[in-house]
Amino acid sequence: MTLKDTQPGMVVRIDALGESALKQRLMTMGLIPGTRVEILNSAPLGDPIAIRLRSYNLAMRRDDAASIQVTQLK
Amino acid sequence: MPAISVALTGNPNTGKSTIFNELTGARQKIGNWPGVTVDKKVGLIEYKGRKISVVDLPGTYSINARSQEEQVVSDYFAENKPDIVVNIIDASNISRNLFLTVQLMENGIPLILNLNMMDEAERHGIKINESKLEEIFGMPVTSTVGRDNKSVKVLLDVFTNTRMANYQPSKIFQEHLDRINQIKASGESQEKIDEEIITARYDFIDKVMNAAVTLNVADKGLTEKLDSYLANGFLALPIMVAMFYLLFQIAFEWVGQPLADLLGAFFEETVAPWAAEVMAAAGVADWMQSLVSDGIIVGVGSVLSFVPLIFTLFLCLSFLDGTGYMARVAFVMDPIMRRVGLTGKGIMPLIMGYGCGVPAIMGARTLDTHKDRMISILITPFLTCSAKVPIIALFAAMFFPDNVANIVFAMYFLGLATAIIMAKVLGETAFKGRESTFLLELPPYRMPDLKTVLLETWEKGKGYLVKAGTIIFAMSVAIWFLSSFNSDGMTDEMSESYLAGIGSATATIFAPQGFDTWEAGAAVVTGVLAKEAVVSTIGILYGADEEAVDTDDAEGTADVLMTTGMATAFTPLSALAFMVFTQLYSPCVTALGTIKKEAQSWKWMAFAFLYTCAVAWVAALLVYQVGRLLGFQ
Ligand SMILES: Nc1nc2c(ncn2[C@@H]2O[C@H](COP(=O)(O)OP(=O)(O)OP(=O)(O)O)[C@@H](O)[C@H]2O)c(=O)[nH]1
Ligand SMILES: [Mg+2]
Repeated sequence: MTLKDTQPGMVVRIDALGESALKQRLMTMGLIPGTRVEILNSAPLGDPIAIRLRSYNLAMRRDDAASIQVTQLK
Repeated sequence: MPAISVALTGNPNTGKSTIFNELTGARQKIGNWPGVTVDKKVGLIEYKGRKISVVDLPGTYSINARSQEEQVVSDYFAENKPDIVVNIIDASNISRNLFLTVQLMENGIPLILNLNMMDEAERHGIKINESKLEEIFGMPVTSTVGRDNKSVKVLLDVFTNTRMANYQPSKIFQEHLDRINQIKASGESQEKIDEEIITARYDFIDKVMNAAVTLNVADKGLTEKLDSYLANGFLALPIMVAMFYLLFQIAFEWVGQPLADLLGAFFEETVAPWAAEVMAAAGVADWMQSLVSDGIIVGVGSVLSFVPLIFTLFLCLSFLDGTGYMARVAFVMDPIMRRVGLTGKGIMPLIMGYGCGVPAIMGARTLDTHKDRMISILITPFLTCSAKVPIIALFAAMFFPDNVANIVFAMYFLGLATAIIMAKVLGETAFKGRESTFLLELPPYRMPDLKTVLLETWEKGKGYLVKAGTIIFAMSVAIWFLSSFNSDGMTDEMSESYLAGIGSATATIFAPQGFDTWEAGAAVVTGVLAKEAVVSTIGILYGADEEAVDTDDAEGTADVLMTTGMATAFTPLSALAFMVFTQLYSPCVTALGTIKKEAQSWKWMAFAFLYTCAVAWVAALLVYQVGRLLGFQ
């Protein structure tokens, strides 16, 4: 599963980041394999999404979230 | 003793400018969203006989020079060696904040780690062992609450007493450095190396977190609850529209406009007759009396009377700015912005444009791609900056007295909608390129700091006052002169003056829009110098036959003008077309200069002037002609 396919309310763990133009920026923002991520809410039409990780909230588009492999924890 | 140089650096929205302002007494802009500060700013203080220079830097997540703010910061550290670098860390969000800390230290920059937002960290039940942090990094650790002056002033003693040369990275950090050097020497591809370094930094941070920080398991709170309404799903859009509608209602109907009416009446009924009496008693020359009464008092007064409205508007916007809702506007608008090829992030500098286009154009620096930045710069002029507010307020009050808030809201909406449509057009013609992205930190909601809100309102409002006293004053004199003289000398017939000549030459192109009077043409021309001049020109030109007016029942500028030739020069429909045109046409000269500077090109500046005029002309044409087809007058 990727972060793109998640719904608000889910809690996931990042497994891996695929290649993308944003990869290093995402990693800089703390999206590292092993990080726990909670999906909070989404904008009109469901995209972008807001996630919570490392005690802060981050908004990103689902297309960019597609490169992030996750496992659902909750 | 030598001066001490101090630099404040850290992630966006961690309170650097708040601390900078508290330390230096400066008035840097503060807002609860990432990317408020886009350029470095120096402040000087003297403390216990020592001079201290403090630099406020733009916030950055790293110093890889991937964006313009990162460039500013990495250039700064490449060119300067400040005595003390203070890393302002958001204590409630310490893990990601430490990434920059680690990176700066890897670059051999010794730091004071200052934990800011300690009040929020406490509220979230986050416990930080400061001495443990000192031990792990080998650097001094301090803590502050940025909004609390006393806690910030403690930093001054820290600056004067700390010698950074006495601090060395700890053994633990040395081990991290060794690991980084190993990775660099691994011979892998650069990309791989960069990624492994990022991972290694977070490995180190996770260790720090385990050793020195206790997090609260249930650390979600009010912000997430609010966002589940304000920034969740389709409902977020109508909520956003309602918020802004409320804001305009407060400024234009409930508070701002009524106060503006009182002030306008004061100018008309008290100041003007008083000045006339004084001058008559003193035997001042006729032309001088006319200059003061018909030129300066009317011209400057018509702009000044909107001061209460402008201040109310700024008060509301500064309040909103401090809550953190701006970042949600970006979030909620991203689905729309993406469909025109932009990013929701572009909304935040645009909203700043409601105050003044100049900082908004500069704010485009925070956007990720060249395409985003250029488009944002070029669409900013369509927004309703505070200088356009008097035009809208005046015309709405005169020609649509029963619908003021609706007309105002429609004008703001028109500006925004035109900006978005033109973004799409520019994106598909002039700036084809890589698709933009949207990666935005959503700050927690905060109760805006009253002091910050008031100072900000004052700072921005002051700009408006200063302009009224300088540019508008000078222009009122010039407009009076041009409207009172022609090549034969002074004339009583304004319609034969120089200005009438300039105005009617311009006005010919507005025949299809229904406002081809020379007065309207003159107002359009002067408005390019400063948008406030549109109303002062109109005030001077139509205010002249005011003798016939019984000012006793006039409530404000609008009521007074309603009794002059202006009421017949415009129909409601042509007034609407005029509003639409002045709302959209050329940025003022100051904004044009900023466009030149930010786009680094004369060509784009000229383009900004021409294309906004063209768009405005067409939009006004559509309003007038379609309006007529529908049977409006
Ligand atoms: N609760 C709390 N809020 C703070 C504190 N310090 C600053 N703030 C608020 O945090 C927000 C961000 O402050 P700024 O000073 O603009 O932050 P900055 O680091 O300069 O941000 P950028 O210029 O975007 O990098 C504002 O809403 C401040 O009022 C603090 O110690 N506690
Ligand atoms: Mg700042």
